[in-house]
Amino acid sequence: MTLYWSREWLLAEQPASRRQARVGQAYRTWLALRTNRMAMVGLTIIALLILMAIFAGVLAPFDPIQGGDLRTERLQPPSWTHLMGTDDLARDIYSRILYGSRITLMVVSLVAVIATPVGLLVGTIAGYFGGWIDNVLMRITDIFLAFPQLVLALAFVAALGPGIENAIIAIAITSWPPYARLARAETLTIRNADHIAAIQLQGASSARIIWGHVVPLCLSSVIVRVTLDMAGIILTAAGLGFLGLGAQPPQPEWGAMIAGGRQFIIDDWWVATMPGIAIFVVSLGFNFLGDGLRDVFDPKVRK
Amino acid sequence: MTPLLEVEDLRVSFPTRHGRTEVVRGVSFSLGRERLAIVGESGSGKSQTGRAILGLTPPPGKATAARLNFEGQDLRNATPKQWRDLRGRRISLVMQDPKFSLNPVMTIGRQLMEAATRTSQTRAEAKDHALAMLEAVQIRDPLRVFKAYPHELSGGMGQRAMIAMMLIPEPDLLIADEPTSALDVTVQIEVLRILDRLVTDRGMGLIFISHDLRLVSSFCDRVLVMYAGKVVEELRASNLAQAQHPYTQGLFNCLPKIEGGIRPLPTLQRDAEWAR
Amino acid sequence: MTFDASEQEGRRGALPPWLKRLGSLFITLVVTLFGLLLVTFMIGRVVPIDPVLAAVGDRASASTYHKVYLALGLDKPIWEQFLIYVNQVLHGNLGESVLTSRPVLEDIGTVFPATLELSTVAILIGTLVGIPAGVLAAVRQGRLSDQVVRVLGLVGYSAPIFWLGLLGLLLFYAKLGWVSGPGRLDVGYQFSVDRITGLMLVDTALEGQWDAFWNAVSHIILPASLLGYYSMAYISRMTRSFMLQELGQEYIITARVKGVSERRIIWGHALRNAAVPLVTVVALSYGNLLQGAVLTETIFAWPGLGMYLTNSLGSADMNAVLGSTLVIGAAFVALNLLSDVLYTFLDPRVRRQQ
Repeated sequence: MTLYWSREWLLAEQPASRRQARVGQAYRTWLALRTNRMAMVGLTIIALLILMAIFAGVLAPFDPIQGGDLRTERLQPPSWTHLMGTDDLARDIYSRILYGSRITLMVVSLVAVIATPVGLLVGTIAGYFGGWIDNVLMRITDIFLAFPQLVLALAFVAALGPGIENAIIAIAITSWPPYARLARAETLTIRNADHIAAIQLQGASSARIIWGHVVPLCLSSVIVRVTLDMAGIILTAAGLGFLGLGAQPPQPEWGAMIAGGRQFIIDDWWVATMPGIAIFVVSLGFNFLGDGLRDVFDPKVRK
Repeated sequence: MTPLLEVEDLRVSFPTRHGRTEVVRGVSFSLGRERLAIVGESGSGKSQTGRAILGLTPPPGKATAARLNFEGQDLRNATPKQWRDLRGRRISLVMQDPKFSLNPVMTIGRQLMEAATRTSQTRAEAKDHALAMLEAVQIRDPLRVFKAYPHELSGGMGQRAMIAMMLIPEPDLLIADEPTSALDVTVQIEVLRILDRLVTDRGMGLIFISHDLRLVSSFCDRVLVMYAGKVVEELRASNLAQAQHPYTQGLFNCLPKIEGGIRPLPTLQRDAEWAR
Repeated sequence: MTFDASEQEGRRGALPPWLKRLGSLFITLVVTLFGLLLVTFMIGRVVPIDPVLAAVGDRASASTYHKVYLALGLDKPIWEQFLIYVNQVLHGNLGESVLTSRPVLEDIGTVFPATLELSTVAILIGTLVGIPAGVLAAVRQGRLSDQVVRVLGLVGYSAPIFWLGLLGLLLFYAKLGWVSGPGRLDVGYQFSVDRITGLMLVDTALEGQWDAFWNAVSHIILPASLLGYYSMAYISRMTRSFMLQELGQEYIITARVKGVSERRIIWGHALRNAAVPLVTVVALSYGNLLQGAVLTETIFAWPGLGMYLTNSLGSADMNAVLGSTLVIGAAFVALNLLSDVLYTFLDPRVRRQQ
């Protein structure tokens, strides 16, 4: 099969297999995305973030937790030794930001992995069955949507206790409702399609139809939405960290680092500024990519 | 005497992924105070021809022409102000479906007044004019329609209000783009009759854009048949039965006739040659 | 089931449609508020803190402990506890704050005006800048001003608000001295202003204390602009997309054919239509400001609901945390309802159905 992975094979007008059709579709999406400059910038930023997380151990010149000499290396401004300066515990901020990318990446991917299936499942089941199941599920969704996300996450973390794991759980619990709404809307448009009716006539079970035929069709729009939300997830996680409810010290979480630098903001601006720039650049990357994806998948929004 | 409208080599193009695509490819005709029909299937470029005459080719589309004169005035490089003076007062346009062509959140009255205040001195005079125009399109209760929102009117009523709005400034040329296609068959005839009378009484020029050759032949003086952005045939409406071009013959023959006719109806055979 | 009621009324067709719509909205409101209560109740149940110990302190005797245990209804089945909770909330009892030893509702009443004032000024800034920016971007689609609005919006989506707040304080307060620092008033004015509405700008104006008024303005302008920037990002983006949609409609061509001026087409025809969904957008961003206020208030030492919430979080004061969460949720729901009502009155297709 791999022999055929040429441009012609990918762009074939009449794909010979389902796999070829799918891969070809993905390739076309990629071609469209590649012409979008902002999306490419976003993708580059995210790629850099992943590389940073993988190679933090190699790239970081200092230990992220263990600081230097408190008498001489505390609150040093940026220099060639300490590219982003040092904090009040004489730790190298650059090294801490490098290691912090691991936490950010973990939060984003875990939230996506937990919230996406939940939202998909709730939405497709509600849309496929309709009736009272739809009513009950959507009402529950609406109730979760009725809270501003950060506030609900705050309440959950307050109950579960502070910590990065609980912060992730809280953000996931508060992230799935929009995906459920979206998946339901998509399901409603395909529920009565002929090919679904054909599978029903073949006697396929509802679970099989939902999992095998409805979910794949909803997947692309939900993924775009999740990508768009990534920046929001990062900001919520940073907000929780800033309030002392996310990752606990001495972990190098970016939001908590800003909180740590807050009291020195006037005289030692770099302590709070550097991690803020990191959060800003990464969520900008996700926003750029999400915006580009939306252009590709929904050309109506931006011509 | 100069004709009302002269069009020569009109081209309308839109950018696509593979460069610009022309949807109107060199249309030429001239028009006096007569009724001209432009006939073709959807996508033949007939609507874009009508829009281009009003300078309303939607961006990023572009319209060019070797000559585009309205009563001797060159429209090709008209300024926005010149266009504004021309539109509404001299040239008007009635579109297909009043559901979309009327602003849903404005009363019919306010929309009529926008047209009427441009030619009247006072608001009271404008309102009288608007109400009189509603009566002229045979609306029995003009004041009620004046106060209504578009969604409160039936399709036929809405289209009459639209025609009234477009005729208030008494233009010299009316472009009617499928003005009856969205209406019920019984209402269609009524609306056509109203349009016919107003055009005749006021001595306007009319460009009637339609896909319905039969309808057009009973209503217009001259017919342009368009296919794939080009005029393939131009003839008098009375001579339609003697059409030379196979496409026109096809269009004409595939209409069902009451007096028996052929069965099954022939499908339209297209020839790639025609589009060249 | 409750939400079928509106449909049945529809079949009878006795009420005007807009009234029916309001009726079903009201039912939605009740169900959602009930759900909010269920969520806060359940969060309250999973707390690892012993509610009895929190109330009596760890030096109380076993009998006191037991008495409070019964008084809090903890021996009853869980659904009965929930009913008790609902009953209490409906009577305005959100419990007592451990931190302030005052009823939570009273506390919230004290701090809420500060948040209301901050978010109202912010939404005004966000709307008055965001809508024209979005209109401009749509009209000049693809050109420089469109790109500028788009990038400004994306930056607003991407920067952590507490970080921008800190930078803002550093730059405009500490370095440039253009605005006043944290808090709502300078210390000197703090005790000279009597509380009438709790809204500092209104109170100082009512009392004619113009010095204090301008002082309050210099305090609110930075946090409000910051919050306003965030809602501007969202509002301008949505305005742009609604406007593009409307400008492509046929009634715009009709207006052009009539010779209506471009300015009137944009502001009178297209924006008037876009305004219908925009109302929802503005209401939603107003609700989101409550969320942004939590972080902004901590930065600017703004004594509002957000700061109350974070202070309670710091001292594990669950009654206060859940009470504030509930109030913010309820405000959110109320805003949604308000936007639906406004929607009904802005759109003649809903208001005057036949």
